[in-house]
Amino acid sequence: MRRSTPFLLAVCTAVAVGVVGCTSDVPGASPSAGPSGAGTGETSKFFVQADHDNELALRTKSATGPADKPWEQALDPKTVDTAKYKKAGPYHLCFSNAGVGNPWRQVGFKNMQAEVKLHPEIKTFTVADAESKDDKQISDITDLLGKGCDALIVSPNTTATLTPAVEQACAKVPVIVFDRGVNTKCPVTFINPIGGYAFGATGAEFLVEKVKPKGKILALRILPGVDVLEARWGAAKVVFDKSDLDVVGVEFTDGDAAKTKTIVSNYLQRFGDIDGIWMDAGATAVAAAEAFEDAGKPFPAIVGEDQQDFLKMWQDKKLTAIAPTYPTYQWRTPVIAALKILGGEAVASPWKLPQPTITQDNLSQYVQADMPPLHYAMCGCATLPGYPKDWGGK
Amino acid sequence: MSTQLATPTGSAPAVPSGLGGGGRSGWGAGSIRPVLIILVLLLIAVGIRQPDFYDPPVLLAFLKRAAPLIILAAGQYFVIVAGDFDLSVGSLVTAEVVIAARLIDGDPAATWPVIVLLLGFGLLIGLVNGLVTTLLQVPSFITTLGMYLVLVGAVYTWTGGSPRGALSEEFRQFGRRGIDGVPVLGQLPYAVLVLAGVAVLAVLAMRSDFGKVLLAVGDNPRAARVTGARTARVRTIAFLASGLAAAVAAILLGGFGGVSFQVGQGLEFTAITAVVLGGVVLGGGRGSVAGAMLGALTLQTLLTLLNLLGVSGALSSAVQGLIILAAVAVGTLRRRT
Amino acid sequence: MSENALRTRLRLPQLDATNGVWPALAVALIIGGTLVALDGGSLFSESSMISLLQRAAGLGIVAVGQTIAILAGSLDLSVAYVISLTSLVAAETMAGSDGMVLPAILAVLAVSAAIGLLNGLLITKVRINAFIATLGVGLLIKGYLEQGYAGPAGSVPTSFQHLGYDRVGPIPLSFLLFAAVAAAVWFTLRSTRYGHHLIATGGDLDVARLSGVRTDLVLIRTHVICSLCAGIAGLYLASRLGAGAPRVGAEGGYDLESIAAVVLGGTVLAGGRGGVTGTVGGVLLLAVIDGVFNQLEVDSFFKQMVRGVVIVAAVAVYALRLRRTSDRRKAAVA
Repeated sequence: MRRSTPFLLAVCTAVAVGVVGCTSDVPGASPSAGPSGAGTGETSKFFVQADHDNELALRTKSATGPADKPWEQALDPKTVDTAKYKKAGPYHLCFSNAGVGNPWRQVGFKNMQAEVKLHPEIKTFTVADAESKDDKQISDITDLLGKGCDALIVSPNTTATLTPAVEQACAKVPVIVFDRGVNTKCPVTFINPIGGYAFGATGAEFLVEKVKPKGKILALRILPGVDVLEARWGAAKVVFDKSDLDVVGVEFTDGDAAKTKTIVSNYLQRFGDIDGIWMDAGATAVAAAEAFEDAGKPFPAIVGEDQQDFLKMWQDKKLTAIAPTYPTYQWRTPVIAALKILGGEAVASPWKLPQPTITQDNLSQYVQADMPPLHYAMCGCATLPGYPKDWGGK
Repeated sequence: MSTQLATPTGSAPAVPSGLGGGGRSGWGAGSIRPVLIILVLLLIAVGIRQPDFYDPPVLLAFLKRAAPLIILAAGQYFVIVAGDFDLSVGSLVTAEVVIAARLIDGDPAATWPVIVLLLGFGLLIGLVNGLVTTLLQVPSFITTLGMYLVLVGAVYTWTGGSPRGALSEEFRQFGRRGIDGVPVLGQLPYAVLVLAGVAVLAVLAMRSDFGKVLLAVGDNPRAARVTGARTARVRTIAFLASGLAAAVAAILLGGFGGVSFQVGQGLEFTAITAVVLGGVVLGGGRGSVAGAMLGALTLQTLLTLLNLLGVSGALSSAVQGLIILAAVAVGTLRRRT
Repeated sequence: MSENALRTRLRLPQLDATNGVWPALAVALIIGGTLVALDGGSLFSESSMISLLQRAAGLGIVAVGQTIAILAGSLDLSVAYVISLTSLVAAETMAGSDGMVLPAILAVLAVSAAIGLLNGLLITKVRINAFIATLGVGLLIKGYLEQGYAGPAGSVPTSFQHLGYDRVGPIPLSFLLFAAVAAAVWFTLRSTRYGHHLIATGGDLDVARLSGVRTDLVLIRTHVICSLCAGIAGLYLASRLGAGAPRVGAEGGYDLESIAAVVLGGTVLAGGRGGVTGTVGGVLLLAVIDGVFNQLEVDSFFKQMVRGVVIVAAVAVYALRLRRTSDRRKAAVA
């Protein structure tokens, strides 16, 4: 047996590599699957054509509401009557938060806490943090309902799984859902910016415009299976499929900067040049751009997001870039909506917030040197109490 | 702990021998031959898929990216070969990077003091892990699991949930840049130099008396204690080495990728996997530090190959799982024959 | 060796000897209750008690399975992915129809038993270390989940959601399920031959084997049961969430948390000592800490620090007591 080990190992490795080889034409996996189209893989089952078309149309609609307060604006609003919820203050607001496990949610949550401070009629503000656990969030909602809330704000961890709990809550108090939705109509309103399709399409359209025909595009995604992110990629895919760009790869980065940089470096080695980088979220955009710098290649056209480190790099290194945003100012709106509902005022339902894009033209107004690198510029928080210290600024 | 966590074999104690660790020759447990063969096969496969992989600059760039994991694996090796685990290294890496960013805050002058501080912090965490494990006799799996929770929690609490400050370019150069204009090689990355230094130190440490005692402690703690070895001290030093390795890896990773909370995520399991892939036996006593580092290199090569073959991120964890199981299975099956 | 002789040799009362977790639980309830009361809330109000017990149920069922894996000197790091996978198997098989509930349950049990069998075979027959074997199997399942699922899938009929939402008085049905699983495993450990063999295997593998215990068979069975527990937890989560969720297990951290709950309950990680009742206490203690911090609205990150310290401190205390006992025994012999 002794001598057969190298053979055994060789067989094992060969089998393993064989397995790898066989699966390399899995949808969405193969950068070299040229004939199958633009290399963007199959359409996700999350893709809903009607929602996609609707969001893309919303991008050009003008919003109603105060011009300098986008978090109070609504696109194409249909209002609902809330007279039956009218109640005298002071109020007890409750918030079931999916978690604060990433900088986007951190900034957002700070926005919300500061917004609450603006309203003396909110006597108590009770928060339950689900730590990204569906199961805990369901219990949290039950728990909050026992505390005599006048209204409940929910930021669901997962769309499908929170539905039963939210339905339970609707029977007792007015419910406001924001960010991700739920599969039920019972909440009084659902607040979010235009959404993932618009986000994804805006970035992809920018690349189509800036990158030469047949140019090589690398798409970087965080992880599969998150509806917001699936929508972003879904819309980008539609744009790329229609274009004559060559999507050479679609990769998952786990939102990890080192992994992102490694992936981009590998692609630069394999393809020599990459002309455009599309990303479903900008947290690792700086790492992706640095990979070009370290390889001594010119920067590609790149899609980022409104985080300070990226905006600063964009300004300093004169990148060809765009930053679609999923504004964190949406965290202010639910509090405002709750107070309107408790005051019996009509509110937009669904409440679609505008979703601005940072471009070369307006870049300078969003670069804030004193804020932390992962701060989101589109926070609408500059006039809130405690700014900039509470957000980590100087 | 953990002799029981090891495979239920009626293990015949291997005699530690020569060259930086135990049982280096032959196919048995602790041998590096299986991992070498896998590595060579993978390297050939990578070479076929990407012919210019063996150009010195490309190869060095690959080593640069592999360096942090190899260093972590070397640190983890000391702990594992003494019969322990260190599950806190991933969170320690994150903590170090976040601390560095906040303390340096873009100021180049702060670079060196902060590097010294980071190394000290790594040693401190290693010391706490070691003392809790040896003096309070808490299994290291639990000690370091607790330390993992504490570090993650502390780092988020300290920063208010979002990293602050920025790393200076002087700090980042270790993970990012190198000595330019070297003949043939082009650029010699600092990370590769650091890696070489760590590798030499690790092998020397295992060849010293300390290394022999460490192996003896992992192989049979009771016998080692009877023969007068200071088991507690040796095990604590192993944890110090692991903490220090995590600090060095953090400096390289932070330099390479910049500040984020994700930087250390899951690294503890990757490092342990790498060590095991290198023929080191969980439960202690067998395996060489060279094997552990080769294991890490193999794992990194595997990931590169998967990427070259265009295996999507989703499937790569499955392939990883399969290959780890296969590699370890081959290693342990050999042990019985 | 005959069964009786083996029993005496193994000193069975040791099984549930280290139950220091109950006093700790009492202390946590008193201190936590007081803190919450000072804060103007109540830890013992019906709604917070319900959500406390509810949260304990999911982790508890997994932890019971993990207990016997650890008692046998092994451990299972694949449970988190088994939970995700079985929640999907359940919800997709049911697909919203009442008639498919039973087939779905059977399918879940079959899938989880098969994974347990695989774990067991890898550990005993291929002789891969349990840590690596179950980590590898977990990675395989993770890859399958990420490749095959882009989000929650399937749906659970309302009739099955009763498991996740109904209560008997103040006690959630799911907590009763947890209690039932714990009781069944407790009984198995205490009163069956397999249970005794399991303790023997975990105590000292070689001695057990020399005493005629078929240790491989014991370990395989143990891993099957451990996986089955994870499968049951998957069923519960499917009923709770109304759908199968590919990341619910990993996001819930059920792998490391279940191990933490087990050692918090006094089961020795090296195997052979401890028991299910301790684990129930450990799970409750974690749930109380959770509940108190929830009521006080303390930052979840700070809570994590406290958890880390509590787990290490608890195990240190157990280790100390164990040493004292053995010292005393030695002194008595001398």
